[in-house]
Amino acid sequence: MRITVCIKQVPGTSQVEIDPGTGVLKRDGVESKMNPFDLYALETALRLKQKYGGEITVVSMGPPQAQAVIREAFMMGADRGILLSDRRFGGADVLATSYTLSQGVRAAGEFDLVVCGKQTTDGDTAQVGAELAETLGIPHVTNVCFIHDADEKTLTITQDMPLHRLTAKLKLPCLITVDKRIYEPRLPSYRLMRETADREIKILTLDDLADKNPKHYGLNGSPTQVKRIFPPEKSDSQERWDGPEAESAKRLFRFLDEHKFLQKLG
Amino acid sequence: MPHIVIHQEKATDLKTLVGLCPFGAIELVDGKLSISSGCRMCRNCVKRGNGVFELVEENAAEEADKTAWRGVAVIAEVEEGAVHPVTFELLGKAKELAAKVKHPVYALLIGSGVSELAPLLAEYGADEVYVYDQPEFRHFRIEPYTAAAEEFIRKVRPSAILVGGTPAGRSLAPRLAARFRTGLTADCTRLDMSETTDLDQIRPAYGGNIMAHINTRRHRPQFATVRYKIFSIPPRVNNPAARIVNGQLPPEKLASGIEILKAELKERVRGIEDAEVIVAAGRGVKKPEDLAMLQELADLLDGKLASTRALVEAGWTDARCQIGLSGRTVKPKLIITCGVSGAIQFVAGMNGSERIVAINTDPEASIFNVAHIGICGDLYKIVPELIAEIKRSRKEDNK
Repeated sequence: MRITVCIKQVPGTSQVEIDPGTGVLKRDGVESKMNPFDLYALETALRLKQKYGGEITVVSMGPPQAQAVIREAFMMGADRGILLSDRRFGGADVLATSYTLSQGVRAAGEFDLVVCGKQTTDGDTAQVGAELAETLGIPHVTNVCFIHDADEKTLTITQDMPLHRLTAKLKLPCLITVDKRIYEPRLPSYRLMRETADREIKILTLDDLADKNPKHYGLNGSPTQVKRIFPPEKSDSQERWDGPEAESAKRLFRFLDEHKFLQKLG
Repeated sequence: MPHIVIHQEKATDLKTLVGLCPFGAIELVDGKLSISSGCRMCRNCVKRGNGVFELVEENAAEEADKTAWRGVAVIAEVEEGAVHPVTFELLGKAKELAAKVKHPVYALLIGSGVSELAPLLAEYGADEVYVYDQPEFRHFRIEPYTAAAEEFIRKVRPSAILVGGTPAGRSLAPRLAARFRTGLTADCTRLDMSETTDLDQIRPAYGGNIMAHINTRRHRPQFATVRYKIFSIPPRVNNPAARIVNGQLPPEKLASGIEILKAELKERVRGIEDAEVIVAAGRGVKKPEDLAMLQELADLLDGKLASTRALVEAGWTDARCQIGLSGRTVKPKLIITCGVSGAIQFVAGMNGSERIVAINTDPEASIFNVAHIGICGDLYKIVPELIAEIKRSRKEDNK
């Protein structure tokens, strides 16, 4: 099975603070790491390869430093790595990101399955997987929590939805996004680290892609624009209600009502 | 497309200028300022850079004809024959947004055996309800659902489309946004409509440390997803004058590469870790029978009853509902502690809760140090009164 896994390098912490006076982000020595959800996607691909054979390609988009996460994927067992890196890819929103990734996935050659993590910890939108599938013109299934079986043409999975657990047979090629319960990701191996130290990471710029129209990438290819950013209103104030109990009960009722804790489920 | 031009000659304090970018996209390359691919066009540098960074707007030649796209649409979600309440919340918001530009509100209803739910969507604010009711829509499968929504969008051309931030909505909305090559903003917490019919979308970014205001300025339709319980359910209107339009997809559009082999309805065994609301009992509860009162409050709030270790050790409550270091860690949207003093072991298991309300007779109780609302008083007076208030309001709603 030819499997492509999309991975991303993200900041090592989500505890980023903004200075309310200047509106500037405080970035003191923030380290980078592989998006934790992508480890599950990669592990899923590795298990499929163990059982059914094949090849795993990881595709990432980011600055040249993002090669580090591809190296990490090599240490876990990925076979090939592609980094889409170009100044012209910068400022990409969901659409431009998934479009760029789709070009990278295609550039990597034929594939049977694309696996993505549930979401990233920095963008946090959980949308790139579905947009990528649409751009590649293949079906997708999100929230995959179990893989039963696969053959040359199909993959049988279980999808975890709010009320149902759906077991489905998917025609290949397709894209799945996996959640954390699927498999426990393995640790990078020292042996693989040594073996893959010289392995090539293919770096693709816009000029290497099939579609070379710069309007489809980066900021130009992004329909959404951030108009401004601002610190959130602080809501962790503390109040004391020391009045008579009947009055406190009424106040508490109004508080619950105002914050939508009293809505009846439809 | 707008872009940023750097006037190197004006740059003096390079270090400060580099520090202006919240995304770290301003770099020094060979002693010169440069903007890397990390740029998100937040324009912070333009505002604060004393003229070093200039925003250059080019003619947006490929702008969509905004007058050709009218109305605010809500994609309804149905689970096991019932409309998901996030749909009603979105209809309420859609009505508010549409009123600002005098546009209609549309609802799109896709499912199997769902036609009878169409009038309900009108009662919550839809002027027109488009229904695709076919057996192939029994379970959410991406290709047929996308095809139905695509047909609706091509026919009706709504300016903005709101989708619930549920697993199905978060799968369908991006698929559609990519098909129409337009913008999608996930998990909006505030929405407003500008005169130009651009949707002002506010969402938290970077784990909620920053809020971002996002627009889709040149493309239509504009997609936004919103999670459950962000907006309020609007009042229900009786016998609204709404139009219901039935649609039907041809077999080729119903085809799917996803074959559902088995659909198991999940057992709803929710532990206290999964509860959005928790009522926690402590030693201020005098006897085990009194827990029924707190259980009733929890039920009214669609929540779970939990307790401190003391009550578990006394055999009043089950160990599975113990909060604290030796029990479970919880992070609900709301926790109401009743007669809990707030020992450090307990607090460690719940201080990540979004809203903490504490009721205790001791004004010095340490639980008040972490409570957002600290109520000094007797839980035996406050809780029954609160229960009575909630029941009164529910009765009025049902009239």
